[in-house]
Amino acid sequence: MNPVPANGGDTGAPLIRLRGVTKSYGQGAAAFQALRGVDLDIEAGSFVAIMGPSGSGKSTVMNILGCLDTPSGGEYLFLGAHVERLTRDERARLRRRYFGFVFQGFNLLARTSALENVELPLLYRGEDAATRRAAAREALASVGLAGWEHHTPAELSGGQQQRVAIARAIVTRPRVLLADEPTGNLDTQRSHEIMQLVRALNAERGITVLMVTHEPDVAAYAGRVVHFVDGLIARDGPQAVTEAAGGDARAV
Amino acid sequence: MWWNALLLALRAIRRNLLRSFLTILGIVIGVSAVITMVTLGRGATQAVSDQISSLGSNLLMVRPGQRMGPGGGGFGAPPFKEADAEAIAGQIGGVRAVAPQVTSTVTVVYGANNWSTSASGVSADYFDISNWRLAGGRIFDETEERAGAAVCVIGATVRRELFGSEDPLGQSIRVKQFSCIVIGLLAAKGQGAMGMDQDDLVVMPLRTVQRRVTGNQSIRTLLVSMKDGVDSTQVQTGVTRLLRERRKLSAADIDNFNVLDTRQIAEAMSGTTRVMTTLLGAVAAVSLLVGGIGIMNIMLVSVTERTREIGLRLAIGALEYEVLLQFLIEAVALASLGGLIGVLLATVASFVLAQVMQVPYLFQPGINLMSFLFSAAIGVLFGYFPARRAARLDPIEALRHE
Ligand SMILES: Nc1ncnc2c1ncn2[C@@H]1O[C@H](COP(=O)(O)OP(=O)(O)O)[C@@H](O)[C@H]1O
Ligand SMILES: [Mg+2]
Repeated sequence: MNPVPANGGDTGAPLIRLRGVTKSYGQGAAAFQALRGVDLDIEAGSFVAIMGPSGSGKSTVMNILGCLDTPSGGEYLFLGAHVERLTRDERARLRRRYFGFVFQGFNLLARTSALENVELPLLYRGEDAATRRAAAREALASVGLAGWEHHTPAELSGGQQQRVAIARAIVTRPRVLLADEPTGNLDTQRSHEIMQLVRALNAERGITVLMVTHEPDVAAYAGRVVHFVDGLIARDGPQAVTEAAGGDARAV
Repeated sequence: MWWNALLLALRAIRRNLLRSFLTILGIVIGVSAVITMVTLGRGATQAVSDQISSLGSNLLMVRPGQRMGPGGGGFGAPPFKEADAEAIAGQIGGVRAVAPQVTSTVTVVYGANNWSTSASGVSADYFDISNWRLAGGRIFDETEERAGAAVCVIGATVRRELFGSEDPLGQSIRVKQFSCIVIGLLAAKGQGAMGMDQDDLVVMPLRTVQRRVTGNQSIRTLLVSMKDGVDSTQVQTGVTRLLRERRKLSAADIDNFNVLDTRQIAEAMSGTTRVMTTLLGAVAAVSLLVGGIGIMNIMLVSVTERTREIGLRLAIGALEYEVLLQFLIEAVALASLGGLIGVLLATVASFVLAQVMQVPYLFQPGINLMSFLFSAAIGVLFGYFPARRAARLDPIEALRHE
């Protein structure tokens, strides 16, 4: 039933491969192409930042990468499996097994303790209560929130809420962490704390991180930066190149 | 999964306690109405059939006067004579026995106790025809009957009121101006359908009552019992024809007496209660339906309110059926809670109303269980559409929902 080979990743192909991916919204004359043929390979264990002007298709490509959406055309291979051919429920199974999500708006359940928020993904994996509890405590501890288990989102600061969200994303030990503007609602100080945490998860656990951001100093944590413009990849390169580009931009 | 969904549902219900309560009110009212109606209806039917069987089945009651309506009620119409009873017993086929009856309200006295009751003057056949059993002593014999002896058989209520724990057999009680020896005790029959006490009576030979109580020869009631397997309408027709003849009615005259068949009364009465039960049951069913719509409405509101939550659940890998189940279980939990409260309310209501309406309270496990399951089914029926809407949400759009 699982569309992904059990030995996942040892096929020689990259973890993620997009080939000629397009996405259009609407139909006929009103149709709008948000992605216009994207080719992208992402190796397991890499830390990739996606940048670009607003409306350039960053979120669209993230939704496709996270199997939340399907491309209108082209291929998406995840661990060698064709995601564009999967049904809604098959993609849900893929998400619960391999992906963790962090959102700009945190999206924690209100009036629900941090611990229960973090346990949520394990619920859909059919883990028993004791296992869930233990794993959630461990995840909260690993984002520096030991002792905050029983606080509800309303009792936590923005930075703490995003940490809970990260704990929720990693509690299932995912292969890929997807974060669409994770620091968009945080001040500079909190942003750096969150990014240090994400970098540590990437370095120490080998979690592949894909992150959308507007801020160059947040993107600076990534090893590779992909620039989108008008639904196409305009630039793609290692960090050093981007920093040079960022320098140019500031110089202007 | 199921257990977690149930916990989630209960939490959601608790969070909006007032709203949940208002939502299930329709179901509560519907369920309690259905159960109360059916319980009281069965109680009333039971009371009627008890009454009929205590009256004696296969029985015709003949009274002077037209059956009802203007001019009815027996006033003015000539009463019967003892000879009428003998004629019916002798000339109509299928008749087992005929008991003439005269009743009058009297005060009976024993020692310091007195009690107002009804005195019945009858023939000895009456005990058998009316299904009376004796708790002690004997009924009057033919000699006493013919002589109009001052003997009586008393009902359980009269016995309790006059004698308490004393043994009444052989004692004398005063009835009007004469004293009368208690020779028998009737076994209790209990309350009749209309709430009257059937055991509140003193039975004496017909002649005794005619001579010493009413002071005339007239007879107000003829009880005609029929042999088993006899067609009661045929006997009814025979009795009517014979009495018309004996009362010298011409073809143009209408009957100045009426013949009631107890079985017909029983059927008419239980028919009425059946119709009432069906009618009120239909009203209750409609209120259950309205309750279901209320649940659907509130579940749709709930799904809209929790769109972001649903989006999150779908994003982190909830399958469609898992989300569907969560909301379906919430709807069923709401509806069943309504059903449960309805069952409790109905138990209290039908118990109290049974006392007020003087019908027996019969707990009906069947209708209680059925109503509860029905309300759960309403939860499934009306919860399915909102739950499916939740399950089909697009996670991306749901997460963006404000
Ligand atoms: N559901 C949608 N329906 C119609 N247009 C959409 C939808 N989602 C995104 N778009 C359009 O696609 C383009 C790319 O959107 P998006 O990927 O969200 O950009 P961003 O790079 O700012 O994240 C935008 O012009 C946006 O208006
Ligand atoms: Mg975006």
